[in-house]
Amino acid sequence: MEIVQTIKSAFTAILANKVRSFLTTLGIVIGVTSVILLIAVVSGLQTFITTQIQGLGSNLLFVIPGRVGGARSPGGIQENKLVYQDALNLKMKLAGEAEISGAVQKNATLQFKNKNDKGAAVFGVEATYPKIISIKLSGGRFFREVDQQAARRVAVIGQTVKNNLFAQGQPLNQSVDVAGQKYTVIGILEPRGSIFGIDQDNSIYVPITTAQRQFGIDRLNTIYIGVNNPGNVAGVQKKAIAILKKRLTEDDFTVQSQEQTLSTISQITGVLTAALGGIAAISLLVGGIGIMNIMLVSVTERTREIGLRKAVGARPSDIRNQFLVEAIILSGFGGIIGIVLGVGISLIVGRFFTTTVPWWSVLLSFGFSTLVGIIFGVTPAIRAARLDPIQALRYE
Amino acid sequence: MTLVKLSKINKIYNSGEIKFQALKNINLDIKKGEFAAIVGASGSGKSTLMNIIGLLDKPTTGLYELDGQNTSRLKEDNSARIRNKKIGFVFQSFNLLPRTSALDNVAMPLIYAGVSESERKDMAKKALEQVGLDDKLNSRPSQLSGGQQQRVAIARALVNNPEIILADEPTGNLDSKSGQEIMKIFQELHNQGKTIVMITHEADIAKNAERVVKIMDGEIT
Ligand SMILES: Nc1ncnc2c1ncn2[C@@H]1O[C@H](COP(=O)(O)OP(=O)(O)OP(=O)(O)O)[C@@H](O)[C@H]1O
Ligand SMILES: [Mg+2]
Repeated sequence: MEIVQTIKSAFTAILANKVRSFLTTLGIVIGVTSVILLIAVVSGLQTFITTQIQGLGSNLLFVIPGRVGGARSPGGIQENKLVYQDALNLKMKLAGEAEISGAVQKNATLQFKNKNDKGAAVFGVEATYPKIISIKLSGGRFFREVDQQAARRVAVIGQTVKNNLFAQGQPLNQSVDVAGQKYTVIGILEPRGSIFGIDQDNSIYVPITTAQRQFGIDRLNTIYIGVNNPGNVAGVQKKAIAILKKRLTEDDFTVQSQEQTLSTISQITGVLTAALGGIAAISLLVGGIGIMNIMLVSVTERTREIGLRKAVGARPSDIRNQFLVEAIILSGFGGIIGIVLGVGISLIVGRFFTTTVPWWSVLLSFGFSTLVGIIFGVTPAIRAARLDPIQALRYE
Repeated sequence: MTLVKLSKINKIYNSGEIKFQALKNINLDIKKGEFAAIVGASGSGKSTLMNIIGLLDKPTTGLYELDGQNTSRLKEDNSARIRNKKIGFVFQSFNLLPRTSALDNVAMPLIYAGVSESERKDMAKKALEQVGLDDKLNSRPSQLSGGQQQRVAIARALVNNPEIILADEPTGNLDSKSGQEIMKIFQELHNQGKTIVMITHEADIAKNAERVVKIMDGEIT
């Protein structure tokens, strides 16, 4: 029997039992949809983070406390030993080569008149910060060296803060209450959106000196190093490590370049993809078992038909192929529906946060679902092919 | 000319420890164009014999030559091919595919002969005309009477123009009037020169055949 005819017969059999065929493919549909969707979300996340980080500038180095990627000290959590002196040391030794800004961070409630903004991120940074990280102001100015030295209570606010506290009216030169102390608003940031669902605009920038004094923090969360010459990033990174090592051990800090950050992130998203993909693959497997189950039922139900077909001249291989093709069509169709649904939902989800559907995820899930059809279709097909026609014709 | 030649055929069923000899030393020749009836009590081995003639089963010992060809060494694929080309089956319980039109039921064996779809339709239509059902091409089995269903089954047996038609109690599920109609068709086929072997219980039906083979406890008497 030629393949075209086999496919036609398979379609006839599938369409003869539409509801059951649909329910059979549902497992595959769900499996493929989730594979596509999960991969789309994770790779969308990766694309998003990558562009965000690249947007910060490729000449950026971060100093963060603790050792990234190395062995952790017993107990897991390390003490943060990074202090302002380290930022000062870098500033002195790297003068002319790079701009430095230490940074501290604290969450606080902001208040203006009767309006509240709970959980805003207060960043204490230095006046050099805008030279390192590209941030744009939509009004006012960033604080200057003098503000920092005098520990003035001045603040640059994000869009969310502006919207929460100054729904109507002008924020500039107003006095905002930050965790109990009054700050004068001197600048407003342009909107930046959110990363990982964290609103980047619900933030307020104040001089690091002021923040340290008010909150009593002497440890730094980060030291930003903006390398003046982009070709010199690796050199500066080496120097920074040497400078910091004079006071700290190598377990106390990490100097990370953008490239390293990106590779760390792609490692994380790689693991995420594998883990989520694995879970989704399990659902595909369950879908495959569903197909096998229904195909076995179908073989039993159609025992007499199989007997008849054999009696009138079907070879065992004809019967085997018919059932195998049926299983493959069922799973392949499930795969196609799953791809359409997965891509569709990814597009809808993409309106809220970045999703990208890589071509390989479509190929992978279609290939995998077809493979599932073959693997789980073989057993019922062989069972059908081996039926004895006399017994099969007698079957009630 | 001999079409079916059975020599010293024995069939022993082996179900676990119990052995049962269903056919004992059967010698039977059926000539081309012959219309033979096989009669005998229930359990006497009629169907067993028919299955062997139809290449659905193999004898335990003995020689079966079909159309001059020794069948004892045939592989499954080859016997399927011979069934497809040379043998047409008619069963007591019709065995039509449900939810499938008369035309498609009749055309089904031609699929396995590699006949193209349009040719299949033509041949199936002709076969249905032969049994007087050219007005029921698109009817489903559930829309046909028992006699009509059996005529569709006969058309299916005829469609590949076989050497021999094997009918196992073709009238067993029919009333006597429908049974007579079926016999009329068999007579016509016989007149056209077809070889027919028919199993039956009923003396009335056996009367239609030109030769009656009696079988009792697995032996031809
Ligand atoms: N697969 C089998 N295994 C064991 N015994 C079998 C098998 N098939 C048939 N038999 C036995 O062989 C004998 C002949 O069976 P067969 O079906 O040929 O009878 P029959 O003459 O066609 O009877 P009926 O008129 O009732 O159809 C019976 O006793 C039956 O029980
Ligand atoms: Mg019988």
